[in-house]
Amino acid sequence: MSINRKEIEELADLAKLKLSKTQASEVGVAMNDIKQMIDLMNEADVTGIEPMFHPMDAVQRLRSDQVTDQSHQRALLSLSAHADNEHYLVPKVIE
Amino acid sequence: MTIKAGWEMVVGLEIHVRLNTQSKLFSGMRASYGAEPNTQVSFLDAALPGTLPVVNQKAVEYAIRFGLSIDAVIAPLTVFSRKNYFYPDLPKGYQISQMDYPIVGPGRIEIEVDGGSKVIDITRAHLEEDAGKSIHDKYDRYSAIDLNRAGTPLIEVVSEPQMSSAKEAVAYMRAIYTRVTHLGICDGNLQEGSFRCDANVSVRRVGDQNLGTRAEIKNLNSFRFIEKAINFEAKRQIKLVESGGLVVQETRLYDAEKNETRSMRSKENANDYRYFPDPDLLPIVVTAEMIAAQKARLPEFPEAKKHRYIQSLGLKEAEAHTIAHDLALSQYFESAQEQTKAKADLNAKFLLGEMTALLNAEGVDISQSRIDAHAYAGVLEALAESHISRKIAKQVIETMWHSGQSAAEVIESQGLAQISDVSALIALVDQVLANNPDQVASYRDGNDKMFNFFVGQIMKQTKGQANPVQTKTLLEEKLK
Amino acid sequence: MIQLSIREMAQLLRDKQLSIPELCSIYFDRARAFNQQTNALLKINCDIDPAELLQAEEALLDESKLLAGIPLVHKDLFCTQGMVTTCGSRMLENFVPPYDATVVSNLKDQGMITVAKANMDEFAMGSSNEHSAFGSVQNPWDLTRVPGGSSGGSAAAVAARMVPVATATDTGGSIRQPTALCGVTGIKPSYGRVSRYGMVAFASSLDQGGVMARTADDCGIVLSAMCGHDHKDSTSHPDAAWQWNLPTLKNLKGIKVGVVIDWIDGLNDEGVKQSTIKAIDTLRQQGAEIIDVALPHAHLAVSAYYVIAPAECSSNLSRFDGVRYGHRSIDTADLETLYVNSRSEGFGEEVKRRIMVGTWALSSGYYDAYYLKAQKIRRLIAEDFNKVFEQVDVLAAPVSPEVAFKQEEKADGVSMYQADVFTIPASLAGLPCLSMPIQSVHGLPVGLQLIGRYFDERSILNVAHQFQQVTEWHKAMPEAYK
Repeated sequence: MSINRKEIEELADLAKLKLSKTQASEVGVAMNDIKQMIDLMNEADVTGIEPMFHPMDAVQRLRSDQVTDQSHQRALLSLSAHADNEHYLVPKVIE
Repeated sequence: MTIKAGWEMVVGLEIHVRLNTQSKLFSGMRASYGAEPNTQVSFLDAALPGTLPVVNQKAVEYAIRFGLSIDAVIAPLTVFSRKNYFYPDLPKGYQISQMDYPIVGPGRIEIEVDGGSKVIDITRAHLEEDAGKSIHDKYDRYSAIDLNRAGTPLIEVVSEPQMSSAKEAVAYMRAIYTRVTHLGICDGNLQEGSFRCDANVSVRRVGDQNLGTRAEIKNLNSFRFIEKAINFEAKRQIKLVESGGLVVQETRLYDAEKNETRSMRSKENANDYRYFPDPDLLPIVVTAEMIAAQKARLPEFPEAKKHRYIQSLGLKEAEAHTIAHDLALSQYFESAQEQTKAKADLNAKFLLGEMTALLNAEGVDISQSRIDAHAYAGVLEALAESHISRKIAKQVIETMWHSGQSAAEVIESQGLAQISDVSALIALVDQVLANNPDQVASYRDGNDKMFNFFVGQIMKQTKGQANPVQTKTLLEEKLK
Repeated sequence: MIQLSIREMAQLLRDKQLSIPELCSIYFDRARAFNQQTNALLKINCDIDPAELLQAEEALLDESKLLAGIPLVHKDLFCTQGMVTTCGSRMLENFVPPYDATVVSNLKDQGMITVAKANMDEFAMGSSNEHSAFGSVQNPWDLTRVPGGSSGGSAAAVAARMVPVATATDTGGSIRQPTALCGVTGIKPSYGRVSRYGMVAFASSLDQGGVMARTADDCGIVLSAMCGHDHKDSTSHPDAAWQWNLPTLKNLKGIKVGVVIDWIDGLNDEGVKQSTIKAIDTLRQQGAEIIDVALPHAHLAVSAYYVIAPAECSSNLSRFDGVRYGHRSIDTADLETLYVNSRSEGFGEEVKRRIMVGTWALSSGYYDAYYLKAQKIRRLIAEDFNKVFEQVDVLAAPVSPEVAFKQEEKADGVSMYQADVFTIPASLAGLPCLSMPIQSVHGLPVGLQLIGRYFDERSILNVAHQFQQVTEWHKAMPEAYK
């Protein structure tokens, strides 16, 4: 089963990307190629195999609860394309 | 309010408890409430590229402690996952939360409603980071984003849909609230959003086994509102279904001013969150030692405390209940008790009587009392030693409140100590009897009421400082 | 001068036969001169940063700091405080990080001098360096050919000796493949060896910083300085600190080198095949025992990788939303358009494609069939390696199935993805690997890949070092840049 146009549109919506018609069909073709490549995985029998989410066989280190960081308000807001002197600004959100 | 006949409601709650850690869940930035906008934001909190999360140990410990308090299974291995969605107050474009391997497994808690009790099953509780805040009233055209709250640690406690009334939901919320505040893992500040909940509400006709379609009411942070919101929502759904409509699965917002819920436009799209284990973090192994360490820190919960107050301290049921269910009050009560010979019963009665009246008059609760437990113990001590009467004690605490003096200082400086000196009292009694021969004659004629007249006269002359017990004894002797 | 090793340069500086500014000016000049043809570098510093010079002069007094005064470039996904870090993307065209990546600060501490930031495929996605928003990089050996990717700028810069050292990163082959195609030496250490803090993430469970230089010894010296445990990175290994020393033995006696015969037999490019066989033969002549081994699930690695890497990338790149930093569209009628326009304008086609693939692989209904399955295959592959390393110390394998290909030859994604067929398996398992130049084919470099046990960088560096003691390929340079 290949990835259809509607799915591509839904995925673009989830990923917050805008694809022109040509781009969407190019992406569609590419994704179906990739899908074919990925579908090779079906030949492997993975019953009873635990997924390996991480190559490192270690456990999470826990940080002691201490304040070690300072405010970077000015440095941070100056990186933004749209901020006043205390907030980041975005087009009005209606909740 | 009762639900319309023939219908029942089913409620499940997701409670968000903000853990009162010093630093955030994944960064070393201060996590306190109320700072100037965006002044508690690290590079990580603003999701700058290349920054990486490291887990706060205390948050993990607090989650374990909570799990133990609801008799839950603590997962030996727990994993953080990413919940992906775009929102301006979610800097990374995903929230680090937990999906398949939450730290706290199934547990349970008992609630009391209308004198009866009921056990509510808790599905799970997991650790996650809070989002920032969007401020909508600063500009007409823009929403302003404050990321101070982004990354503060929460546990989300998910109940089974087992509550069948708004009252039960409130009782459940209170029970969890009592737990987390007693555990010392949450400051319990409702106004600041330290404890808030989402309610999943559905309705069905009585006898129907299937659950109806539910609506989720977001961000309820008051016990009163949650009750109203759930009742409104159930009513709305019943009306909708009865008029042939269908309940839509959606997120709704409760408007306290209008007492109604409305659909949230911004969360309109059913999102596909694409959860997957966060590859920036490794699995957390929860050892038996970590669990044991938290078990050792479990405090006494109100039910046990109440029992102890009745059994060992001899309090009455009602007083024990009131004190045991208020953490600050019980701490005050116990602290004072340790510092005085006074009976616990006197402590409880005075605390819930005169002391509470004073606090109410001043409009504060016990945690803000200007008389600390030590100073209060001084008042109890004076009462126990019969230096003052309860009536005088009331006056003493009022003075202490404003002057900041100790009980002994107030009693001393205002000369409020009871007169217990027998010779002084005898002189007083003799004087009062001599000055009121008619009344003495009347008493001797059988008018018993006159006895209280003499007591009153003595108290009047001593401004209430005569030891009442001794006074009565002496009067009785003299009038024989 | 440009053929000197780090140890030789360090000696000259300490003997005061050369000053740090003198050494650096040679490379600053070459960097500026050759960048017009190669486009290997993005931002070249005007001169030595005075603070870095001060630190370098101080480090020079410490005998153990061999890197004092040695110039380098950083791949442009390492955050450099006060210096634009683009990640090869329009999205970060003007992004000036307020912090240094741990790798950058570790190397600064050693007294290294930053010459420039190196060009790269956008967000490290690509195998040809044609996906940079700031123009493709040309291979110094043949300017009509690609340098490989995604660390193509780093590889081309070292190949043309615009610098003696370049940092780089590897997710599925991004150090090894360009290293091979440009005829230099490069090491991707074990996952967890080098801190990822301040490295703009592509795929978190695969990304690993490393280094490219002329020789294995140079790589070992730089890696020793880069690595170490970092409390800011949860995936940094507690025992990550490590020190490379020149081996005392002069041969490979007692070393068992495994060879996946299927991989070599399957090579279509006869030149690459013969070079590889010959290089393995050299190792045998040096005393190594060559053992045939098999990795039965390795052929599924590319499939698993193209689920895992895009999935992680789709989530990692969500933070680029135009709100707090990076490109923000001027057309922002509402929140949705702010997001969609900023991201669509800021990201290039390959990045968008991978975000789409990753979004799809994680979406409900596909997660189990793709993402979970890929992670299970990852375990099968890792177990294959474990078995192999019970028999051998090091694996020798091809890096790229072919030499540098012509620009624009591989427009279509999937054929490009096959370029990583030999590098991806070790990436999935988090193993250390290295690529070093062996005999060239028609004037174009070929690389040999050495894969080691987890955390055994020493063995692969040792084998490469011994090989480089008896061969001259690592000294070869493109004629135009001598």
